[in-house]
Parts: sequence; structure tokens; C-alpha cells
Amino acid sequence: MLKNLCQKMFGRSLWVYHANSGGCNGCDIEVLNVLTPYYDVERFGIKLVGSPRHADVMLCQGPAMRSTAKALRAAYDAMPSPKLVFAIGGCACGGGIWHDSYPVLGPVEKVVPVNFYIPGCPPRPEAIIYGVAVAAGLVDKKVAPVEFKQLNLPIPRYHPSDLKGRGEMVVYEKAEKI
Amino acid sequence: MSIASKVKEALVGLKAGRVTLDYPAQPRPAPENFRGRPIFDAQKCIGCAGCANNCPAREILVFDVCQEIRILKYLGRRCTYCGRCADVCPEKAITMSREFETATNKIGDVQQRLDLFMSTCQRCGRCFKEPSPLEQLKLKGYRVDDLENERWIFRSRAYLESEPVVDDIKIELD
Repeated sequence: MLKNLCQKMFGRSLWVYHANSGGCNGCDIEVLNVLTPYYDVERFGIKLVGSPRHADVMLCQGPAMRSTAKALRAAYDAMPSPKLVFAIGGCACGGGIWHDSYPVLGPVEKVVPVNFYIPGCPPRPEAIIYGVAVAAGLVDKKVAPVEFKQLNLPIPRYHPSDLKGRGEMVVYEKAEKI
Repeated sequence: MSIASKVKEALVGLKAGRVTLDYPAQPRPAPENFRGRPIFDAQKCIGCAGCANNCPAREILVFDVCQEIRILKYLGRRCTYCGRCADVCPEKAITMSREFETATNKIGDVQQRLDLFMSTCQRCGRCFKEPSPLEQLKLKGYRVDDLENERWIFRSRAYLESEPVVDDIKIELD
């Protein structure tokens, strides 16, 4: 449903605004790399604009910091609706490697609602293009949560009540099951 | 002069040809030595939690449900793909794949969860010798991480409340 809504609302060019709220500049360089002629993202109509008032999409890099959270929220509120938010990089998706330090509040989803996540530290330019293509409905997402359970326990439980004294020895009665 | 420079520019542009990648239409695999998303192999994992104790981003949580079942959960949100978990794994159960197309609209899609069977020592119920005080700092042993709130719990501290500690964003935004 979100995909259809995206395709309807953002059928034309996406203008992106590039907001760094305290990252290390690695993801910024990868985003600029995407805009170069080699990974030419302008063939999807994506253009970098300097003001959030002109933008459809906000690219968030870096965690929500104590000092920049207010500015990030103000930039989000200044964008005209409908709007999308991309969290690019491990800091924006999960708070970064210093997630538990004092100036870091956490991932940017604590401040602004995030629509698409592109994890990586930094993500490859291809990964960013892939995220944009997932948002535009060109390709399907590849990841799914993995869960593994060892249902049958390989060894029977050890019960100390099965220990029986036999003469001078202490023998475990169900030893053949172990 | 200006026309000559324009012609020269056009020739340079023609000589270079088309350089743009046709990426989402054509697959482009990562180079051989690229470290992507770690893949956990539950068949090989022995549940030693060495990866959880060595993860710099603290993305691998361990929760011991009972004596015999240990849950190991990899969140993958802020993973930097440093490969330390794959380095310390004694059974080589973690492989760093070359997978980088992990863009998603739900962050829970990148997590992996293993429910592992942990056998106990048939004589003493424990399997490790007493670690030295220096080793006790590194090896956290019996772990009770918070799986619901997806947070790492330090053993030296008391159990944290269910509310997030850093929830002062409302104060900041006023």
C-alpha cells in the first residue's frame, strides 16, 4: 500500500534535501558520490536542493544529537507534505556506534518519522540507489527477518533424582539415554 | 575560439563514451574483499556469546531463558560490518557476506534471531572454570539482555526500567 501511495504521490522527480545531524561525513560523501555521473541518480529525476522548503525527500545522516535534534525537527516541519524521510547509514538507522553516549539521543526516528532505512557504515552508493529504487517501486526489497529454533533438544535433561546409590558407587539410572 | 572549444569539449565527451552504471536494472556484485552483512549459521553456533561481548556497536544481544536455552539476537541497525564477531567466533559460524542491498522500510527486517540449545555439564551443571578477575571483566557469562526493548544490559548495574533512559527529546523540542 505504501508502495502504491509512493508511486502515486512521487511519480515525478524527487527533490532531496540532505540533512546531516551530527554524522562523521562518510555517508555525505557516499550521497554526493551517488550524484556524480558514474552513479547518475539524476536519471531517476533526483535532484539535490538546498532548502527543505523545496524538497520532497529528506536524507538523514548521523544520529539525532542533543544539540541538533531541534534543528532536524524544524527542517522536517518546513518540508511541504507529502514528504518522505530516508535514514542513511548506521547512525541514522540505529543511533551509531556511540549510541549510549551523552550527546547522542538515538536514531533519527526518535525525532522524525522515518520511511526507509539504508543500513551500512557507510552504505555503498549502490545500496543508496537500491534504497531509492525500493522507494520508487522499481525493485523489491531483499531482506527479511531470520529466525532459527532448535526445536528438538539433542540431549535429554539431566535429573539429579535419577542418581541412585549402588554399593559404593553412585550410578545414573538413565545413562543409556544420554 | 569559442566554437573551437565547444567542438573540443564535444570530442572529449564522445571519446569517453557512456560511463554511467545501469545499476538497478543490471546487478553489480561487490568486490571480493567487501564485508557486508554478517550471516549467522545456527548449525555451527555453540552459543559462547563471544560475538556479543566483542561487538563494538553492541548489536548482538544474548538472553538466557533457562539453563538450557539461550537466545542470540542480531539487530543489525547500527552494525558497521567491522567483522569482529566473525573474527572471534571459535566455530566460524559467522560469515561476512557480500550482501549490501539491505534497504528496507522496516528496520526489523535486518535482524536475525537464534534459539540455541546449551547443554550443561553432567557433573557440576557448569562448564567453565572460575575466571580470573581480569577475565571476569571481559567475559560476562550469564547474560540477561533486554530483548523487548532491544537494549544491552550491563551486569554491573541493576536492571534498567522499561522506559527508555534517553527520552528527553520532548524537553529538547519544547
